[in-house]
Amino acid sequence: MKVSMSVNGRQVSGEAEPRTLLVHFLRESLGLTGTHVGCESSYCGACTISLDGKAVLSCTMLAAQADGADITTVEGLAQDGELHPVQEGFWERHGLQCGFCTPGMIMSAVTLLEENPEPSEEEIRRGIEGNLCRCTGYHNIVQAIEYAGARMRGEEPAPAEWENA
Amino acid sequence: MSSTSVLGGVVRRREDPALIQGRGRYTDDVKLARTAHVAFVRSPYAHATVGAIDTSAATAMEGVVAVYTAADTDHLGPLIAQVPVGALRPLLNNGTVKHVGEAVAMVVAEDPYVAKDAADSVEVDYEPMPAVVDLKQSLSDEVPVHEGASNTLISWVGPFGADEAALAELQAGIEAAKQRDDAVVVSQEMTNQRLIPVPIEPRSVLADYQAGYDRFDIYSSTQIPSALAGAIGKYFGMSMNQVTVKAMEVGGGFGCKLNVYNDEVLVAFASKQLDRPVKWTETRREAANSTIQGRGWVATATVTGTTSGEVLGFELEGIADMGAYSQNFTVAIPFLGLFVGSGQYGFPTYWKMDCVTTHTMTTDAYRGAGRPEAAYYLERIMDMYARRIGMDPAEVRRKNYISSSDFPGAVSPMGFPMDTGDYTTNLDAALEAAGWSDLLAERDAARAEGRHVGVGLATYVEVCGFGPSGLVDLGFSWAEYQMPSAFNGSSLVRVHPDGSATVSIGTGPSGQGHQTTWAQIVGDGLGLEVDRIRVIHGDTEEAPPSIGSFGSRSAAVDGAACYEATGKVRAKAARIAAHMLEASEADIEFADGGAHVAGAPDSSVSWGDIAACAYQPHRLPEGMEGGLEAHAIFSPGNATWPFGTHIAVVEVDPDTGDVDLLRYIGMDDCGNVISPMIVDGQVHGGIAQGIGQAMFEDAVYDADGNLLSGSLVDYILPTAADLPSFELDRTVTPTDVNPLGVKGIGEAGTIGSAQTVVNAVVDALEPLGVTHIDMPLRPRRVWQAIQDARA
Ligand code: FES
Ligand code: FES
Repeated sequence: MKVSMSVNGRQVSGEAEPRTLLVHFLRESLGLTGTHVGCESSYCGACTISLDGKAVLSCTMLAAQADGADITTVEGLAQDGELHPVQEGFWERHGLQCGFCTPGMIMSAVTLLEENPEPSEEEIRRGIEGNLCRCTGYHNIVQAIEYAGARMRGEEPAPAEWENA
Repeated sequence: MSSTSVLGGVVRRREDPALIQGRGRYTDDVKLARTAHVAFVRSPYAHATVGAIDTSAATAMEGVVAVYTAADTDHLGPLIAQVPVGALRPLLNNGTVKHVGEAVAMVVAEDPYVAKDAADSVEVDYEPMPAVVDLKQSLSDEVPVHEGASNTLISWVGPFGADEAALAELQAGIEAAKQRDDAVVVSQEMTNQRLIPVPIEPRSVLADYQAGYDRFDIYSSTQIPSALAGAIGKYFGMSMNQVTVKAMEVGGGFGCKLNVYNDEVLVAFASKQLDRPVKWTETRREAANSTIQGRGWVATATVTGTTSGEVLGFELEGIADMGAYSQNFTVAIPFLGLFVGSGQYGFPTYWKMDCVTTHTMTTDAYRGAGRPEAAYYLERIMDMYARRIGMDPAEVRRKNYISSSDFPGAVSPMGFPMDTGDYTTNLDAALEAAGWSDLLAERDAARAEGRHVGVGLATYVEVCGFGPSGLVDLGFSWAEYQMPSAFNGSSLVRVHPDGSATVSIGTGPSGQGHQTTWAQIVGDGLGLEVDRIRVIHGDTEEAPPSIGSFGSRSAAVDGAACYEATGKVRAKAARIAAHMLEASEADIEFADGGAHVAGAPDSSVSWGDIAACAYQPHRLPEGMEGGLEAHAIFSPGNATWPFGTHIAVVEVDPDTGDVDLLRYIGMDDCGNVISPMIVDGQVHGGIAQGIGQAMFEDAVYDADGNLLSGSLVDYILPTAADLPSFELDRTVTPTDVNPLGVKGIGEAGTIGSAQTVVNAVVDALEPLGVTHIDMPLRPRRVWQAIQDARA
């Protein structure tokens, strides 16, 4: 069957079997391999994308269900060569190691900050609870999101921990 | 912010721009034309004979390319293991399967969905048999895992190298100590449960056999590209130079990608048979039941000491679970525990671990590999001893440390020479950072209010940075994979004609920031901007032979090789620059993208100028060869011995058993630090995995060998909401076994943390009479321990 949707601001369409998962459609048919598959069973968050403004797990949806949707994947976050503040935060605060959880983590963090522009540490931790990271212990991910939050509010982010040392 | 200071410099990671924009390339992202896809048929039984395998429905399915069983692959032999003690894994099994998840057939199809459907349609006649999962039962040999063979594969007894007479004398000494009037003997059996490594990236392999050239390109999510290349060469009768292995971005490894797997060999086999690229990516369930697991010990730790805190002897006796088959280093993992069996202490230590098989997936290296287990037992029982004699747990440790004045030249009671150490300074720094006496006072105040707050402390020493080339003589090498002395580090630094540089290196990182660190080392040595340096790793075609990344070895071994190769290039460049500038070689300094004469910054040449000269031999000093590159092989004089002290503060809700981790303080000493940012990141992740073991994770097999924790619903990983921010600092005791003075930090956090958390929880529950709880400390188990203590 044919499915059409807007992905990262571009109208795309392609063939999908009725059982094709959205994440596979994005990765295999559209070649957008930034969205990762960690468990294919809705527990790791690696496949998180933004669909009609909400963070959703693209492994728990069929491509057919996304027909007509407006999707943003991690590839579509940077605008005109300018990183999204959340991407910048992850880079500046060493919020990633292997980078495999990172696209999903970043997409969740973007939604989190859109819904709550000034989250406490506790709120950040709760907000990314559905995204597993095995490398960072989440410490620097929290720092990265705090950095991004400050940037998005037009404030100067707190210095990095290693800058104090 | 300095961009090139090799020690202590902070540079944003160079790998990150691709990764944060979804443009990194992991194995499963690679697409080659005509790729076929694999799905495996796996045993649902832990122990069963395999009868008829009916593949007809699968073969008839549209889109199925081939179905293979053991009849097709047995001629290749079993899976290679580096330490081949015990039974080896058949690539595919049509005899008797030995664990749930064991592969019995491989389906290849045009599409991964079709491959899975076809695999589901394969019918296998199994005749189930009784399984053995319990370690004590296995030790009794009541149910053999492999017909006709004892379940006990090997027993590791320490101190290392002690003969029977020496061991008898040691044990007699400890027995005599137990008879002293002031003797206190504390003993406890404890379980260090099995864990599943769970990198978030599932393993993936894509094999591309090119018949026209009789060679393989293999893309694999592996930590050890060279070993895989050597193994593939061996299986298919090819030279290593006919096989290229590329580990692209690797999404976490933690040791589980430090194996050559049967699936990698089988995918290569299919590619060669079918003359087309073949790919397989494991499902999360396969990651649980057919990728190696870690830990799995049950042992009794005993401390014999005096009432005043002097330990007279430590004994550990137990059983370690090897699973059904030996893979890479399986039985050697507890031996790594023996290395550090006596920790930071100088007291007599007797250590014995029996390595037994069970009808479960193989165990092998998971972050820390033997050392977290060893540290767990030692530091739990030291804590129980401190509690028994009513002494501050920090003081008991201090009293028994090997003294800093014993270095250099200290030999651990387990019989191993150690590089450098200053344990007391580290302990004091940790106590200071935590505000130890205030912490204890706050805990006591909370207790007075009826709250259950606990403070836990543990110290550790680890051994890593493997290692000396001479380890080969102890049986530690990668020779089975055609890498005879592969513990060396190896690096090639090349300056190109335009003055840019490439460093190729045999590491296989999975998130440790090597793109950044190796560029820092080269950039600092050559005075060259990091942006002009390319780093190639994880690629056997481009990089000199080395064995990859594991055992916290990359910086201490390959990093040292990179440093030395850089030094050789700089030395040659200094001669060229001196010749060009008509100056003395001794006056040449490198900075800002070129060389200049000391004290005369205007008298300078750029790296482009030097390189242009180097590639025109007629312009070079008399007798000098053209070109500008150098290779270095580095073999350290010893492994490295990092150490540290960790402290945790918890509060337990006695009505629910809920444990709230309030603070976590880590004071690690990994010698010199190249990037504080990356080192801290490694410790964060390591601590999270140790806390994961202490509080959440448990690979559970039932008595029939069914894996009950095969998905992320029942194998519980810590989430962001479960953990606090960590308070880290470090002491610095450089090693003398490599020129950088770095020891390695990949595993330290994991080695130091599980026992720290358990010590804190037991401290919190001490007023209720709890003395020990086996991990993981999930609410139900904690609640039960409280009930039992109250009863
Ligand atoms: S891949 Fe979708 S939640 Fe794990
Ligand atoms: S950075 Fe590796 S899983 Fe998060």
